[in-house]
Amino acid sequence: MSMRTCPVTGLKVCPDAEALVRWHAVTAVVHFLIGVSAAILLVLTRWQAVHLLPSDWYYRILTAHGLNMLIFFIIFFEMAVLHFAGPILLNCRQPAAKLGWLAYVLMLIGACTTNGFVFAGKADVLFTSYVPLKAHPAYYLGIILFAVGALLDTSLFFAALVKAKKEKTYTGSVPLVTYGALTAAIIAVITLIHGAMVYVPTFLWSLGLMQMDPEVYRMVWWALGHSSQQINVAAHVACWYLLAGLTVGGVVLNEKVSRGAFFLYVLFISMASAHHLLVDPGVGPAWKVWNTSYAMYLAVLASMVHGFTVPAGIETGQRLRGFNQGRFQWLTKAPWGDPGFAALWVSLVIFGFGGGITGVVIGTEQINIIAHNTLRIPGHFHMTVVGGTALCFMGVTYYLLPLIFRRRVAFYKLAQIQPYVFGAGISLMGIAMTYAGSFGVPRRHWDISFTQAPFGVQFPTTVDLFMAAMAMGGLLAFLGGISYCLIAVVSVFFRPALSDDDLKRGGPGLPPGVVRLPSQTHTAEASEAAHRQGNPGTVVLVGVFFVCFILYYFTNWKILSLLWKVG
Amino acid sequence: MSEEKFHSALVPAQGVWWRPVGAQEKRWIQISFVWCMLMFAMMPLWHWKGGQNPSGIRGRVVPKDYRQRTERFIQDYKVGEEKGIPVVAPPAGADIYVEASMWMWRPILHLKQGTTYVLHLSSFDINHGFSLYPMNINFQVVPGYDYGLKVTPNQAGDMRIICNEFCGVGHHIMTGKILVEK
Repeated sequence: MSMRTCPVTGLKVCPDAEALVRWHAVTAVVHFLIGVSAAILLVLTRWQAVHLLPSDWYYRILTAHGLNMLIFFIIFFEMAVLHFAGPILLNCRQPAAKLGWLAYVLMLIGACTTNGFVFAGKADVLFTSYVPLKAHPAYYLGIILFAVGALLDTSLFFAALVKAKKEKTYTGSVPLVTYGALTAAIIAVITLIHGAMVYVPTFLWSLGLMQMDPEVYRMVWWALGHSSQQINVAAHVACWYLLAGLTVGGVVLNEKVSRGAFFLYVLFISMASAHHLLVDPGVGPAWKVWNTSYAMYLAVLASMVHGFTVPAGIETGQRLRGFNQGRFQWLTKAPWGDPGFAALWVSLVIFGFGGGITGVVIGTEQINIIAHNTLRIPGHFHMTVVGGTALCFMGVTYYLLPLIFRRRVAFYKLAQIQPYVFGAGISLMGIAMTYAGSFGVPRRHWDISFTQAPFGVQFPTTVDLFMAAMAMGGLLAFLGGISYCLIAVVSVFFRPALSDDDLKRGGPGLPPGVVRLPSQTHTAEASEAAHRQGNPGTVVLVGVFFVCFILYYFTNWKILSLLWKVG
Repeated sequence: MSEEKFHSALVPAQGVWWRPVGAQEKRWIQISFVWCMLMFAMMPLWHWKGGQNPSGIRGRVVPKDYRQRTERFIQDYKVGEEKGIPVVAPPAGADIYVEASMWMWRPILHLKQGTTYVLHLSSFDINHGFSLYPMNINFQVVPGYDYGLKVTPNQAGDMRIICNEFCGVGHHIMTGKILVEK
């Protein structure tokens, strides 16, 4: 089959790569649907006014929610991103497409197996499956198959880089988006190897063939569990740059800085397994301090750098398009009705202000004493991985639909508000969970009214308020999430394919960046002028961010200092 | 700088892209770097000057042995019983043993405000989570490991231990009690 030329971007698209992107992305959305359906049941159970599920089903559905969202949905989508950022952005053919399909099938079989055993009640061990809690061996086997598939997909991305370089399908250095995807892929390899290191022995242990140490399990499992969230960070930062380019012609201010920041991720971000062992008996303070800070916060530095360069790139892009007045015209005149841009911006704000700040704070060795296993933890990661990564991927979807699936975005009006609804819901839920958690409300707990417990615990009534707010946020996020599934599924399966002319002609259901792609390159004169102008708006934004960061950080030290002496 | 042309992140970077960094970007990186170093310094600093650290005395222990130590501790300082669980009032400076198992915390403790003890935590079966309410002090309780933490209660009150690590279907009924007197 011959390669087609994309009428919007001018890229040469290999049909094999395109098909792999499609199937991985669709399967991701299906798993998102399972995850989001589980989410609503969980929200309605933890909101004690409803308390929907019985205890065994609460823990079962919680297991399914974690797996389907954090592993199956996210990694299927990331594999789609890799097939896109590799062969498609680099204009080359998909290498070894058959292996790509093998990878896909392995991942699908793995996900179905594990899900099957979870829903059958054979694996009520929660997402973390801490040994010696034991699940059916097939549960572990399913995850191993999934990881092998993902590893295979990742190696095909590396193969695409080599092939494109060899065949000179592009000139210069790979685009920043591909570079970011490469970081994600490298972190994925590190992560998946740890996955094998923990799940293969655990599988053998579940068959009674070997012994497992609970603390070693925790350490190695989190080298999978947390590092897989770092694949997300690298992938969604790459997608921020991608969306910035597609929606407003956002520029790369300085390749050295952005690439350097991605490289810091590769070097340091996989140390975060420590975040889960800060109040564990198995490791000492020096190990905790060094690892929890990613070697002196160098990965945090990387995120802070992207936190400047992404909005600044958007600002400069907008200024180059003529929105040049004052500090903030570039923001007031931004395409807020473009679902891709809306998702990008809301994701950036939630990830930075919500997920980022809380993450660094609760990952501080001592502050973790007042955060470990409380609702503050899911409060934090719903603002990173859901408000940050998932929302960013939703924005990408609104561009993949016309560009790769060649379909109009169904229910476009709904798509335009979806990022706001979802973002508002997740923010409200995340903030409410964070506050409830600071009263000591535990995560993963069926009944915080403790009606059957020998010694009752009466949380203050403010906690009820926060739990109700969490439920409202959860309901709102559910509406946003289910709208996303509806839009994606209806667009892909129930809308006619578009021809090149249709795409150029525009019409309803096509984001503005697709109808008229903003200029991706600029003349030296325009660049020079924009460069002289700098980023006065972004400077204010990062200033506000920095003040929030400092306040939240030291408030937590203050609260910690009021506790019992512990040491 | 003058020959530099801006482009998006979708476009391959041409030529030598290792160029000087813009003034604002540079300043932000410097500020961030200093902040990162400061946050890093806070942790060792708190070990030195602060009162709350998760260091403890850490060691391996066979769950059966830990149960024996707990039983001996209960025998030595037992003052009563509540809901079938022994109540223990250890002297100042004593080693206190609390055992988590599915789904109870044993024993109940009577402590004195302002007195220092070494609180040992371990589990008989699977992972549990020690969460002291309303203080909101949280530690992981891992089978096979003894976590000995030096604690000094600074407030009197009737407190609860909540299990905050999932430990099976009885997880939500797993609460214990610590009474701190003036």
